[in-house]
Amino acid sequence: MALDSKGPGPLIHGGSQLSVKPAGILKPPENTILTTIDSVVNWCRKYSLWPMPFATACCGIELMAVGASRFDIARFGAEVMRFSPRQCDLLIVAGRVAMKMMPVLQRIWLQMPEPKWCISMGACASTGGIFDTYAVVQGIDRFIPVDVYIPGCPPRPEQILRALMDIQEKIQKGSSIQGMGLPELFERERELVQIESGPSSLALERERGDEDRFGYRIPGGPGRLGDRESH
Amino acid sequence: MNNSTTDPATDHEATLRTLAQTLGEGAFTTSRFRANLRLHTSPAKLLDLLRTLRDQCGFNLLSEVGGVDYLGYPGRTGARFEVHHVLRNLETSELVIVKTGVDDPDPTLPSATPLWPGANWMEREVFDMFGIRFSDHPDLRRILMPPEFAAYPLRKDYPLRGRGERHNFPRLMRGDS
Repeated sequence: MALDSKGPGPLIHGGSQLSVKPAGILKPPENTILTTIDSVVNWCRKYSLWPMPFATACCGIELMAVGASRFDIARFGAEVMRFSPRQCDLLIVAGRVAMKMMPVLQRIWLQMPEPKWCISMGACASTGGIFDTYAVVQGIDRFIPVDVYIPGCPPRPEQILRALMDIQEKIQKGSSIQGMGLPELFERERELVQIESGPSSLALERERGDEDRFGYRIPGGPGRLGDRESH
Repeated sequence: MNNSTTDPATDHEATLRTLAQTLGEGAFTTSRFRANLRLHTSPAKLLDLLRTLRDQCGFNLLSEVGGVDYLGYPGRTGARFEVHHVLRNLETSELVIVKTGVDDPDPTLPSATPLWPGANWMEREVFDMFGIRFSDHPDLRRILMPPEFAAYPLRKDYPLRGRGERHNFPRLMRGDS
């Protein structure tokens, strides 16, 4: 680093005789960029994501196509698919998650080290898709945090690459060297939980209340009518 | 043992004759649908019927065990549940379906595992989905649903979207890990 205080003579800008030369300001030498540590760390992180593929259905096949040579997720630095959550920082949930599988998924999410991100890939992982039955979780974001959703049944490989680029942007903008950052996400989560854990459990009531919302009759009747069952 | 090669669409004459001789006429009734022969029996006589079919009529493969809940079925009289065992004679390709009605308070059937060890998981599935118990089953646990699941989901009075079981998980937050 060179101090500019002992420069040669006054600088001339556009014909003006004014020279602006505050004393004591650091001037970087040639070919040097100044930035923040957070920014550099995020830049490194976003081009070396290690995905954890949680592929339970046909979305997993599209995910494999993204790994293969035609679409080539390696172009984005995310080709190292690891099957141990301890080595990964990007969870890609591809496919429907049954209620028996949800505790497993939660355990895998907890086993991944910070900082970590999650992509919910396809209609089933995001909303339950066409599998609106007792056994299928209606969207993994009810139980684990999700950063990017991919629509589609199954999504095209290009959509997965787009989601990866969105994650990269999110990492560059939002993360800090400490972790995942984005304080507004924490706020939003707290809001949602407050709604869901309210006295009348509004969210679940809402979801279970309007069973006929798509206009078709549901075999066995809506969810509240189950009183006839004998054990 | 019936070793004669017959067309699968024949009407199981030899089988019915053997069954009538061994078990008596009152042990079962028959009905037919297209090429299928169905034997309707009661839980008390099921095991004898299956054993006779296996040992004397050559139906040595148990290809399927399944359950049906006829609750609210149009025109249905008789027991609420029906369990069907589908047997196959591997030498003649004959097929026979044994249907056993079981009714509601505590539906129970004898297990077919002493005859076919392969009945083990199929009976567990029927138990898991319909709550039909199989006495003398060596390991009658749920096979598809998680063990803490309380209901029998393929019963007709169980709502399609469940009773909120799919929502009963703790919510993980970003700060939790």
